[in-house]
Amino acid sequence: MDLSAINPILFVAGFLVAATPLIFAAIGELVVEKSGTLNLGVEGMMITGAICGFATAVETGSPLLGFAAAAVGGALLSLLFAFLTQITLANQVASGLALTLFGLGLSALLGQSYVGIKPPRLNDINFGPLSDIPVIGPILFTHDIILYLGIALVAATWAVLKFTRAGLILRAVGESHDAAHALGYKVVRIRTLAIMFGGACAGIGGAYISLIRVPQWTEGMTAGVGWIALALVVFASWKPWRLLLGAYLFGGITQLQLNLQGAGVAIPVEYLAMSPYVITIIVLVILSRDKSAAPACLGRTFHASS
Amino acid sequence: MTDVPLLDLSGLTKAYPGVVANDNVSLQIAPGEVHALLGENGAGKSTLVKMIYGLVKPDAGKMQMFAAPFAPAEPRAARAAGVGMVFQHFSLFDALTVAENIALGMENAPKLNALSQQIRDVSDTYGLPLSPDRVVGDLSAGERQRVEIIRCLLQDPKLLIMDEPTSVLTPQEVEILFKTLRKLSAEGTAILYISHKLEEIRSLCDSATILRLGKVVGHCIPRDTSARDMAEMMVGKMLQTPTRAGKEPGEVVLSLNKLSAKSPNAFGMPLREISVDVRAGEVLGIGGVAGNGQDELLAALSGEMLSAPGMVAFRGVDVGKLGPTPRRALGILSAPEERLGHAAAPDMSLTENAMLTAAVREKLESRGLLNWARAGRFAEKIIETFDVRTPGPSNAARSLSGGNLQKFVIGREVLQRPDLLVVNQPTWGVDASAAAAIRQALLDLAEGGTALVVISQDLDELMEISDRFAALNEGRLSQPRPAGGLSVEEIGLMMGGAHGMEVAHV
Repeated sequence: MDLSAINPILFVAGFLVAATPLIFAAIGELVVEKSGTLNLGVEGMMITGAICGFATAVETGSPLLGFAAAAVGGALLSLLFAFLTQITLANQVASGLALTLFGLGLSALLGQSYVGIKPPRLNDINFGPLSDIPVIGPILFTHDIILYLGIALVAATWAVLKFTRAGLILRAVGESHDAAHALGYKVVRIRTLAIMFGGACAGIGGAYISLIRVPQWTEGMTAGVGWIALALVVFASWKPWRLLLGAYLFGGITQLQLNLQGAGVAIPVEYLAMSPYVITIIVLVILSRDKSAAPACLGRTFHASS
Repeated sequence: MTDVPLLDLSGLTKAYPGVVANDNVSLQIAPGEVHALLGENGAGKSTLVKMIYGLVKPDAGKMQMFAAPFAPAEPRAARAAGVGMVFQHFSLFDALTVAENIALGMENAPKLNALSQQIRDVSDTYGLPLSPDRVVGDLSAGERQRVEIIRCLLQDPKLLIMDEPTSVLTPQEVEILFKTLRKLSAEGTAILYISHKLEEIRSLCDSATILRLGKVVGHCIPRDTSARDMAEMMVGKMLQTPTRAGKEPGEVVLSLNKLSAKSPNAFGMPLREISVDVRAGEVLGIGGVAGNGQDELLAALSGEMLSAPGMVAFRGVDVGKLGPTPRRALGILSAPEERLGHAAAPDMSLTENAMLTAAVREKLESRGLLNWARAGRFAEKIIETFDVRTPGPSNAARSLSGGNLQKFVIGREVLQRPDLLVVNQPTWGVDASAAAAIRQALLDLAEGGTALVVISQDLDELMEISDRFAALNEGRLSQPRPAGGLSVEEIGLMMGGAHGMEVAHV
């Protein structure tokens, strides 16, 4: 075993990339849950976004168009969930699970002719002399625009939820849909918009895997990141910055275990492969001991009776 | 008062499937008038105010404000037109702060800092102290109501609708609320006041409209009409007052010794060192503002919430560690406040609901097998004895009206011959004649030697049936006192006084 083979700079830069799909999926789900809806279909929306983004990028040659298509694809799929849970008042847990299964199947169908193709590459942003700064430069300033967008999205979500009226209304709907309805807010419309936002974010997160992190298309390539995103939202106590930390922890350990595998550490690969999931969950469980943070109406069906 | 009414409703009709909630209702409110809307539950009061507030559209009829057509499509439009509403339930967000809650109810809310200052100003002017930064979940019921009132006042309403505003207040708090309302009325704000507390209406309101089964059955000037006459207009028949022959209490049945327990609910109230004895044949009435430990006390007595050894004794035996089923076997029965969901399973039939609590004492099960025939007969017996209006025991609990279901859940416990019966809000939301029947059943039970603990927010009810009265305040129980001869002032002080409210001072 040779730990000196791990380059710390490449390692840190790598885990920022590894965490990005998770950040997108989780921040989208955070907004959905803040509105009082539990969408368990994150995995399905991610994988759908992954193939929509991949196919569009290959056909048009533009990775950015690919990401746009991924957002649209994820949002369209989430509309199905919105229709089931908000209009027909179906059970949210069952609808979310169905959405995941549906998304996995749909993406496999759409992706049949794209296996084994290389997608066009999205270039890193040119920061000029900034990227020449030792250590900091290669870590912080050698990435594509989507990665920075993810961090900006976390900041924006935090600010909107905390400082704006729109954020206040979103939280209010998640806290008590009856009270919000009595005050005249359109509960179903607000929740539907939140669900679509969540779908778009999950789609971008999925496309980040298929276009940048891996970059190729294989069936089921999101490999449970959607489920980790769901767990991350809960264990981050619905707080955006804590969610970012959790995502980096998960990305860091994922990257570390890959490096350790490469360095030939004498631990069975399976243990290494499961370690990011286990460690992330343990740390977040310890962090999330203040319990009352969940939106009070999370997962409850709203029916306007008056 | 001017000649043009502030609000003029004529011929309003609204029908829901199977029931006409409002049938050709007309009424007028002048600026500055305090107008009472009276009626039993289900008389159509809520539907009427929901139409004025834009939550429900009328099927027919028209509304006019200052002689101009007024048809709010949504609450936003009603608020913009100057209608404010203080809700009975469901309109505050527990996890948000006072200022955030108020901002949600306003159009064009200012920035939170400026709003906090406005809240302080208004709360000062009207003697309703309130800190804008507190989380609503931590407030008392009276303080929550202040949040709602201030939310309305910040928008300079012309008409303020208040739906049962005093059901959660101590007598002192009611007095202060009335001073605030009189001051608003003097400034020209009209108030539409919904209540079924007739004495309050007599002291506050200028005129009253009485609804029964969706129709206006009369108008009156409350100051010149007796409470009894108004009650009989509401009910449409003569009322019976419950009676009982006095009897000496027997041995001690329930003994609480410094009962302390944490609330299982995040926003609940812990019980703090409650000590009291209840004797056979005695009715202990427990008053207090909602949210001061009533639900927790019932849970601690019924066995839903366990307590440390030595705190709860039944006939001298420690039962603190026993769950509800063993306690029921011993003869400790209870009927919680919330009918749908706690006292009864809404989607199960009356027979199944009878089975749920009576299985042990009525021998409805043997060796793990359920005897549905016996359960059905028991349910029939409850329906017959307590005059529950339903087609039969196979109907779902949800299909019964509130009063009928309440008669069923109380009857179910009474017919199991309890040695100790604990009830919370036995007549909440029940019409006057059904309430009288329930109270009579409780008194008959005490006559037969059962010890009763009656928790209620209806002070008139407690004074009517209790032998001794005590009040819960912040999870503590006051020293019980004989109910006969207690004055309203004394009761109010036992309930914790005015909770820091002060009289309007501008």
